[in-house]
Amino acid sequence: MSQTQAHHHAPPKGFLRTHVFSLDHKVIGKQYLDLALVAVCTGMVLSWLMRLHLAWPETPIPGLEKLSPNGAAGGVITPEYYLSLMTMHGTIMVFFVLTTAPFAGFGNYFLPIQVGAEDMAFPRINMTSFWVTLVAFLVLVAAFFVGDGPPLSGWTAYAPLSAVGKDAGPGQGVGQTLWAVSITLFCVAQLLGALNFITTTLDLRTKGMSLARMPYSTWAWFITSVIGLIAFAVLMPACILLILDRVAGTSFFIPAGLVISDRLQPHAGGSPLLWQHLFWFFGHPEVYIAILPGFGIISHILPVFARKPLLGPRVMIACLVAIAFLSYTVWGHHMFLSGMNPFSATLFSVPTLVITIPATIVTLLWIGTIYGAKLRFTTPALFCLGFVSVFVSGGISGFFLAQPSIDTYLHGTYFVVGHFHFVMGVAAMFGIFAATYFWAPKMFGRMMSETLGKWHFWLTFIGVYCVFMPMHYLGLAGNVRRYSAFTDDYLKPMIPLHRFITIAALFTGAAQLIFLFNLIRSRFRGPKAPDNPWEATSLEWSTTSPPPFDNFGGRPPIVERGPNEYGGARGADYLMQAAAAAPASAR
Amino acid sequence: MGKLFAVVVAIIALVSAALFASHIWWLPVDISAHGHAIDRQLSETMVTSGALFVLSQLALAVFAWRYGDRRDGRQVKTFPGGATPMVVFATVLVGAEVLALTFVGSKVWAGIYQTAPDPNSLQIDVQAEQFAFYFRYPGADRTFGAVHPERIDEASGNFFGLDPANDSTARDDIVVPSLAIPVNRPILLTLRAKDVNHAFYVPELRIQQDFVPGLVIPLHFTATQTGKHEIVCTQLCGLGHYNMRAYVEVMSQEQFDQWLKERAAEQ
Repeated sequence: MSQTQAHHHAPPKGFLRTHVFSLDHKVIGKQYLDLALVAVCTGMVLSWLMRLHLAWPETPIPGLEKLSPNGAAGGVITPEYYLSLMTMHGTIMVFFVLTTAPFAGFGNYFLPIQVGAEDMAFPRINMTSFWVTLVAFLVLVAAFFVGDGPPLSGWTAYAPLSAVGKDAGPGQGVGQTLWAVSITLFCVAQLLGALNFITTTLDLRTKGMSLARMPYSTWAWFITSVIGLIAFAVLMPACILLILDRVAGTSFFIPAGLVISDRLQPHAGGSPLLWQHLFWFFGHPEVYIAILPGFGIISHILPVFARKPLLGPRVMIACLVAIAFLSYTVWGHHMFLSGMNPFSATLFSVPTLVITIPATIVTLLWIGTIYGAKLRFTTPALFCLGFVSVFVSGGISGFFLAQPSIDTYLHGTYFVVGHFHFVMGVAAMFGIFAATYFWAPKMFGRMMSETLGKWHFWLTFIGVYCVFMPMHYLGLAGNVRRYSAFTDDYLKPMIPLHRFITIAALFTGAAQLIFLFNLIRSRFRGPKAPDNPWEATSLEWSTTSPPPFDNFGGRPPIVERGPNEYGGARGADYLMQAAAAAPASAR
Repeated sequence: MGKLFAVVVAIIALVSAALFASHIWWLPVDISAHGHAIDRQLSETMVTSGALFVLSQLALAVFAWRYGDRRDGRQVKTFPGGATPMVVFATVLVGAEVLALTFVGSKVWAGIYQTAPDPNSLQIDVQAEQFAFYFRYPGADRTFGAVHPERIDEASGNFFGLDPANDSTARDDIVVPSLAIPVNRPILLTLRAKDVNHAFYVPELRIQQDFVPGLVIPLHFTATQTGKHEIVCTQLCGLGHYNMRAYVEVMSQEQFDQWLKERAAEQ
């Protein structure tokens, strides 16, 4: 038992210390999840507005004028406001949902419990991470309420559009600065969080919890922390340089001789490609930061409902490590057509294609786990199966985009939009849903409704395919992305398909209200959850629902086996990781 | 529930694949000399990854159908051979696919972006700006005038920042807002950006390339069919991005000579 855990903090007193400025990793985890819930609702509403505008550009959207008198005069979205909505949608979803929920949220709550610790290694740093993330979110959202509105340069914020300030267009003044400050803060929070995750995993494991016995979710959060530690450490300085270009007159990303809004810009010597390299050096690993926790969650949950061990546990971990390593060698595939040396395109293409090998193995391991199983079709199990399906759909299109020769045609089209929404958006969301239905009983001590959960699954599963699969067809037909209207002759015939996508998106969005209702209602009215409702093996199911303040009621568990003991491997249907009861002397 | 899942996944996979195969939404006719190689590469990728897509989804469907828990006390089964066949399958089959795509694809890519342009190419200078393209032909002296950003003046139509008063090579430069090129003649575009990133994309020409401020980027191709097509911007450049376009007209050499003569007379 490590020293850090020995002088653990006592339970706090008072409302503020218990529920607001809490040092308890469980409260902080729930705070992250609540923040992600607010963020995902915001991001989804933004996407509805975009979809409505794309399908019926002239039709006013009631009430929108109140939110932005300039951006939506008479309720009709202007081209610049469309781009602002798009920028905010992307930024909110990637950072404050896909990074915050599966990694920071569930990771915070369950990583310490799954390794048998009482809390994170550094509770104060943990609390700081959350509050900095919250401030980052508020700073970003504030962009909606400043002068020219939110930035319009996309979540990728390519320089010089993002670097030269107001001259580049509406929202590129204060709005873009707020964006850069927000992301800088977010990076700080993530770096602190990653240090905490890594230290907790390495130093606070309970007796018997060897690395090989850690659940897959813990492994995935651990590996994701390592990726994050390197990725956010690059994005943060990049954003600081961007802020300096914007407010301090430096020229990191701005070359000489730019004439913007009829004004020769007072900059010289910078490189727009430098921003792209720094951004994507973070940006591609970020895709895995969003999806690897999902890999871990699915690998953790699927065996529980298959009632048999995950196929190839060591192969799974090896693949996660391989993906993490390769994720740093592929960023240039976002830049095949950026004007970088065409030779490097070939170089970046190879690891991008190679990364499909561990990704394929992982997928086959899940499918192979279902073989011969005794599947229990609960809501979390359905979302696991759905995850495998959408991950396959999103992953396959990566074969096309990984090849520079095909990217020559498909880059900058809806094919890319369909690809990344499936693979990192929808798949990661399915991981989040599976995790929510699976762990809500543990977190809140109440069961969620299975009936509502299943309705939610079916409507969402069919809905996302109706939304994102047609985007691949649009892309093949050359439909350009990031357009606020399709006025080109060759794009006009695509509008009916865009209308179909919009209707499907509204329908799928409405289905999320079922989830929201189920989540909120079950928190207060759901049937009381037993300690181990799913008959699972890992340590979080050895404690009460919800767990006590120090997670195990003063008796740290002693781990006797790995998390994979299902299906009567040793004569029983399943065997818990922890010994039945730990003697007090084990502390 | 397992059977329902199996049916839904199978329908989704088969309908999606059928819509890809139907070519209802597909690439427009290729009018470039290099495009057939891209199209072939895309079709091959479509067939192999399409098969992988359908097979994986169907495997998922079949297993979900077969292996529901009927509480009949049967024992679970391990996949024959464990994880090894999965690793071997993915490494060998996907690995071979990766190698094949890389070797063929790199050749296609190199053929477009890593070969030197034909020395007899017709060189045209392209300037992208918020939110328009301008094209410059060198005129009778076959030499482009030097570009001076500080001289750029939209009002007087000096989009490239030329200095005809002091620079004799700039005097006969022909600047126009739409691109005309002769058919079957190698074309070399030099792409420059006045303000922010833009991109040059003509789906029919199977060509796409970013404009990057501070860089002059060469792009070469040969059009093999006459006709008029849209050039669109695919790199987010600001509020008018959706509306940033020009036309490329591919014409016979005679028509092109005539066209250029008329434009020269207008300057």
